[in-house]
Amino acid sequence: MSANDFEPRIVGFLCRWCSYNGADLAGTSRMKYPPNLIPIKTNCSGRVDPTHIMKAFAEGADGVLISGCHPGDCHYINGNWRTAGRFPMMEILLEQLNIDPRRLRLEWVSAAEGDKWAHVVTEFVEQIRELGPLNWQGQFHNEYEEEQQEAVTA
Amino acid sequence: MAESTNGEPRIGVYVCDCGTNIAGKVDVPSVVEFAATLPHVAVAREYKYMCSDPGQELIQKDIKEQGIDRVVVAACSPTMHEPTFRKAVGDAGLNQFLFQMANIREHDSWVTEDPEKATEKAKHIIDAAVHRVVFQAPLEPIEVPMNSDVLIVGGGIAGIEASLKLADAGHKVYLVEKDPSIGGHMAQFDKTFPTLDCSACILTPKMSAVGKHPNIELLTYSEVTEVDGYVGNFKVKVNKKARYVDIDKCTGCTLCTEQCVVAKVPNEFNEGLDKRRAAYIPFPQAVPLKATIDPSRCLYLTKGKCKQTCVAACGPEAIDFEQKDEEVEIEVGAIIISTGYEMFDNEKIDRYGYGKLPDVITSLEFERISNASGPTGGEILCKDGSKPRSVAILHCVGSRDENYNEHCSRVCCMYSLKFSHLIKEHLPETEVYQCYIDMRCFGKGYEEFYKRLMNEGVVFIRGRAAEVTAASKEQAGSEGKLLVTVEDTLLGVVRHLPVDMVVLSSALEAQPDAKEVAQMFGFGCSSAGFYIERHPKLEPVGTVTDGIFIAGCCQGPKDIPDTVAQAGAAAAGALALVDNKTVKIEPTISYIDPEKCSGCHICVGLCPHNAIQYNEELDAAQVIEAACKGCGVCVSACGSGVPVQRGFTDDQIFAEIEGALA
Repeated sequence: MSANDFEPRIVGFLCRWCSYNGADLAGTSRMKYPPNLIPIKTNCSGRVDPTHIMKAFAEGADGVLISGCHPGDCHYINGNWRTAGRFPMMEILLEQLNIDPRRLRLEWVSAAEGDKWAHVVTEFVEQIRELGPLNWQGQFHNEYEEEQQEAVTA
Repeated sequence: MAESTNGEPRIGVYVCDCGTNIAGKVDVPSVVEFAATLPHVAVAREYKYMCSDPGQELIQKDIKEQGIDRVVVAACSPTMHEPTFRKAVGDAGLNQFLFQMANIREHDSWVTEDPEKATEKAKHIIDAAVHRVVFQAPLEPIEVPMNSDVLIVGGGIAGIEASLKLADAGHKVYLVEKDPSIGGHMAQFDKTFPTLDCSACILTPKMSAVGKHPNIELLTYSEVTEVDGYVGNFKVKVNKKARYVDIDKCTGCTLCTEQCVVAKVPNEFNEGLDKRRAAYIPFPQAVPLKATIDPSRCLYLTKGKCKQTCVAACGPEAIDFEQKDEEVEIEVGAIIISTGYEMFDNEKIDRYGYGKLPDVITSLEFERISNASGPTGGEILCKDGSKPRSVAILHCVGSRDENYNEHCSRVCCMYSLKFSHLIKEHLPETEVYQCYIDMRCFGKGYEEFYKRLMNEGVVFIRGRAAEVTAASKEQAGSEGKLLVTVEDTLLGVVRHLPVDMVVLSSALEAQPDAKEVAQMFGFGCSSAGFYIERHPKLEPVGTVTDGIFIAGCCQGPKDIPDTVAQAGAAAAGALALVDNKTVKIEPTISYIDPEKCSGCHICVGLCPHNAIQYNEELDAAQVIEAACKGCGVCVSACGSGVPVQRGFTDDQIFAEIEGALA
């Protein structure tokens, strides 16, 4: 697959109070951005569990976006800080699992920032396009096969 | 399509055309065809407007006749119509939480350029919803008691109007105002356009009605510091700033304000055009009519040394220098925010000379000098005390200007016309020039008022003024005057108008702390700082937070009639809630199984609302249902995956991810 016809598949976790409404505003304002991100609504970005992110990569996502309220704006006081706190841990975990941490992004998009939402998605899609397809499960599978092969030939 | 049930879910998928909003971009028939092939989908249909009665009936008929037990509607944002469809599903006898909305309008058809890609994206979004709905379980909304009291923040005309409406309807109202008196900007105005009613004459009866109303508790010189809770049960902390006067004892006699030795404090009410004392009552019609001692200027409070003439003058011994800020806690069912606006800082536009050229004044300063209770007793005078023989009024100062504010402030054209009329009325010989971009006379009777002014000898020049300078000595006949340079775009010539006074019709801006206030109450504001309504057309006074409403200029610049109308609408919105005994809230809260919980305490410390307690007897964490707001932080933090967030279970989210990427 050449870089040009690669269409990244991205899952976005959006908190319902800020980012989901920000994405709605981008729609109401008829802003245009690439269609590669499928949004999933959670009450708070703090609900996004590391297993959700791993599940998305395992199901074939090339990138995962988490978007919540700006620090200090959280509808649940500080749920977004929990996400922010977990994020560096997630990046380390991804590295260990052979996934470029740039495939996971954390953004703060408020209900008023339709333009920011469109911009974030556009930029992230471009970034993932540059990083190319992940095919993490396939990769995992290949490694396993290689190991098996090595075990047989040894 | 599935034919029989055998305990298997039977999902109905309903894809809305939304006229051409969705169908104009997304190939709906192909999406429906795709949806029909998804697991457990028994029915997939297209309809022009799913939200219409026939659309809803379509779903209800399938639930009753086809045994549909899970519903997915692919249409607009759930913010728009989730309640509509939940009700339709519920009315047909199905639990309303066995429904999922797929947003293929705001998140797809409106934002995607290419129709083919939009169609593909719609399929993924619907696939995610279909996968998810399989795992959804019946839930019941939680019904909690409704507090029937209402908090109103901001005591300008919007807050006053809303308070009176709600108080008259029999509800207790707390009206919080940060200044010592209610009244807001309207109390400063002279006349109101286009009817030329005296502003004070129409406002002060309402102010005094607020002051006397048995159902209104007035908290002036106070600010909200903390908001907690949810619709029906908000807990609010208010800081009552120390005014160093016991308002129960103060009679408003003004003796202390006359005796205070600190005499040179700029008078905010008169826009700093004259001085007040450190002990002051902002204006004679203030409500409450009580003195306040300005802690930043009082000699005793700043330096600890003063002969305290105010204390000696006060008969009822109301002055109390020991007074401290007091925190008041109030509980209400609904909140209305009416925090108003601030005027643009004219010094930002250097070329108009405000702050340097004494006779360049702001619109609010003009309001004060034309007002009989103002610093000049209502005489329109230049700073040297002379009567201006010519006045230029410059429109759109700080408005419709990308360097400052893109927005139109809506009221400036009209108040500028009003100023022209007042000048012509006070000083018939005075020349009046209006330098405008367009005349925006949008309201009832406004265009007529403009026509009337054209016949009153006012000169209208179409063009934004370039600069205001002091005329140099060489400019014969213009000595001592201000020169307004403006291109008359209708004649195509640049004009230099020698005038005695320049009035800057300044922009209305959001309050400087608008963002922090929005944050505290949990809704958004635009980049300009104006609060965002729940829906710009149909819910102009609602916010994304249930139970919190907005009214007046904090939502965007507007005139008095529109402000009053919004205040009434916000009051009606609040009333529709607080008139109920109970309120239903989303049941998407957490549950912790004590059998599985190891009692490690991690969630206890993480819960933002202190809704998790450790139960020693069970050696397990326990969710206090009434306090849980449903953020789900505990669920994602638990190492053993014990907490479950109803409506957002891991199974549901995993299924949604699978569907999104299928």
